[in-house]
Amino acid sequence: MSSDWPRVRLHVVTGKGGTGKTTVAASLALALASQGKNVLVCEVEGRQGLARMFDVDPLPYAETRIATGLRTGPDGAGTRPGTVHALHIDPESALLEYLAMYYRLGRAGKALDRFGVIEFATTIAPGVRDVLLTGKVFEAVQRNSRNKGAIQYDAVVLDAPPTGRITQFLNVSDELAGLAKVGPIKSQADTMMTLFRSPRTAVHLVTVLEEMPVQETADGIEELRAAGLPVGGVIVNLVRPRDLPDDALALAAAGKLDKEAVRAELDAVGVSTTKTLVDGLAAEARDHAERRALEESQRALVDQLGVPTYELERLAGGIDLGGLYDLAATLRDQGLA
Amino acid sequence: MSPAGPRQGRVGPLAAHPGESPALDVDALIDDPQTRIVVCCGSGGVGKTTTSAALALRAAERGRKVVVLTIDPARRLAQSMGIEELDNTPRPVADVDATAGGSLDAMMLDMKSTFDEVVLSQATPEKAKAILENPFYIVLSTSFAGTQEYMAMEKLGQIHADAQERGTYDLIVVDTPPSRSALDFLDAPERLSSFLDGRFIRLMLAPAKGPAKLMTAGLGLVTGALTKVLGAQVLTDLQTFVAALDTVFGGFRARAQRTYALLQAPGTAFVVVAAPEPDALREAAYFVERLNGDRMPLAGLVVNRASPEPRGKLSAEEALAAAERIEARRSAGATGELTAGLLRLHADRMRSLAREAALRARFTAAHPGVATAVVPALASDVHDLRGLRRVGELLARR
Repeated sequence: MSSDWPRVRLHVVTGKGGTGKTTVAASLALALASQGKNVLVCEVEGRQGLARMFDVDPLPYAETRIATGLRTGPDGAGTRPGTVHALHIDPESALLEYLAMYYRLGRAGKALDRFGVIEFATTIAPGVRDVLLTGKVFEAVQRNSRNKGAIQYDAVVLDAPPTGRITQFLNVSDELAGLAKVGPIKSQADTMMTLFRSPRTAVHLVTVLEEMPVQETADGIEELRAAGLPVGGVIVNLVRPRDLPDDALALAAAGKLDKEAVRAELDAVGVSTTKTLVDGLAAEARDHAERRALEESQRALVDQLGVPTYELERLAGGIDLGGLYDLAATLRDQGLA
Repeated sequence: MSPAGPRQGRVGPLAAHPGESPALDVDALIDDPQTRIVVCCGSGGVGKTTTSAALALRAAERGRKVVVLTIDPARRLAQSMGIEELDNTPRPVADVDATAGGSLDAMMLDMKSTFDEVVLSQATPEKAKAILENPFYIVLSTSFAGTQEYMAMEKLGQIHADAQERGTYDLIVVDTPPSRSALDFLDAPERLSSFLDGRFIRLMLAPAKGPAKLMTAGLGLVTGALTKVLGAQVLTDLQTFVAALDTVFGGFRARAQRTYALLQAPGTAFVVVAAPEPDALREAAYFVERLNGDRMPLAGLVVNRASPEPRGKLSAEEALAAAERIEARRSAGATGELTAGLLRLHADRMRSLAREAALRARFTAAHPGVATAVVPALASDVHDLRGLRRVGELLARR
């Protein structure tokens, strides 16, 4: 299946806390890499979630190779897989690198550090922190001659801040508007905005089929659109397995499952049945039906968002590296990568 | 060699096999008149807001005069509690059972106006105006990472002082912001203080005084560099902002320290909220360690959204094997689609349970003695008082 986003160079992955945005970012990077692309996945919240996900040492402020894409095609002889590099961006290092790259400040750069300006700028100066983080992401997407010997990536995936903050995070020129109306920072921010607003960027939102995350996703999409930022797809994560047929769901919800038939069938395959066991299974089915109904109503809302959607199943055993490749294959098959 | 030398395979005295953690007695906590403040903390998306609202409602219906300070409740929950408006004032929640003599007020934090109020209370009107209009202040008060945390603590301090003075409430339940890390809000007052004491700020305030004189050459370099990067206007705004804020900072710092002391006081109890997921429990573990380190009183851990215990005894492996046997019979024409589905569903739940139990055991091994309440996942979202009551019952169930 071909990608729904062939022109996108920067994939921004956001989502409400707890919906699995890092998992999706990591599997999207793997999925892109399995199509022969060289991918950089960036983390900006200091959590080292990517390192844990890929089971590697905490990431430094340096592009580190962490994985290779899946081999595709018959006998794995298809496209030569690309690589996944990861980068942990912290604002202090980004600022120092930026100053060195653009201003050749030399002594003044050191003085800035000595006088606590770096600390000030990155901890409290409003908006600056975000601009530094997005600035480094921008640099990775749009490499120029200033960064000598740097790897050229075919795609960059950003494990971004949560949905509630994403528009503000990407909307760097607005964030700085109150502070810098003219000057070099302003023009830098404007150049960044041109990329973020272009079809080369897509902001994907991760949600689960629960009321609050879906509501936040809808709000997030509205905010992104209002700010002129390109909305990508919605990735519905942690979807419950569909083990029960629809008619059985309805019966289970109404508490009208044919317990005698279930008991007979269990007996027939040698499960020693008790009333407790059969009642327990029926109760589990009822719970499941109730949740599925809730999921369906939320899914209907997601469908109304008017953006492409992708679905990842809940893995009962949790996520490990194998699980990530599994999710990557699903995302690729569905066309996110 | 340890004194227990001959006993082979003995683990060191600091390592222990995971035992059962003690149960968190929620009712004893909220019924105790000595408990004045309950702070619910944990990483984002673990049900902190619901837990704090449920605790507050339960305490109120058991006779406490409660106010709950929430940060960002789901819309329908906010509506059901009557706090859709962001007006920074606690409002009574309707339909709370007051037969035990308690009451419940609720409010949603308005970060910006809380910050504005502090400035207004600390500065002269002219100075306050200059600060409130400064572009740096506007961004700082609306979007600085940490402002929300700091303001939540500030508001807690205000409500507490007010409650002491006028006897309005005898229990304050606080929900903490969905921070990047659960630790952020504890650090917020400290971070503000250290910001105020930062070299750069002092430099901006008194460029020609005392020892700073020696650094004037360096300062020239710094301002030169800043002007080059930021532009001259930004620097002027920044200087105005810093100078103006300096006058109110003394007050700020004292308040931040008072709030911090309040959090260490015996009447405060921290409830760490988590979900049975590796990330959430890791955050919870950090938090437990941090609270111990800062001598903050930890009441216990609430694990939300746990898979409910099944009633029958049938392992995941048995269930899957039976499902396969049914499928085999089906391909030979027998019925059993439903039963096979039920078995797979059951296996799924058993596997989740096993995973969650392993995660909790890991937590308990590293943090023995942390009282824990496990709340099973509800089949539907909580968005009314009835749902909150149900969560309260589950929290208190031992």
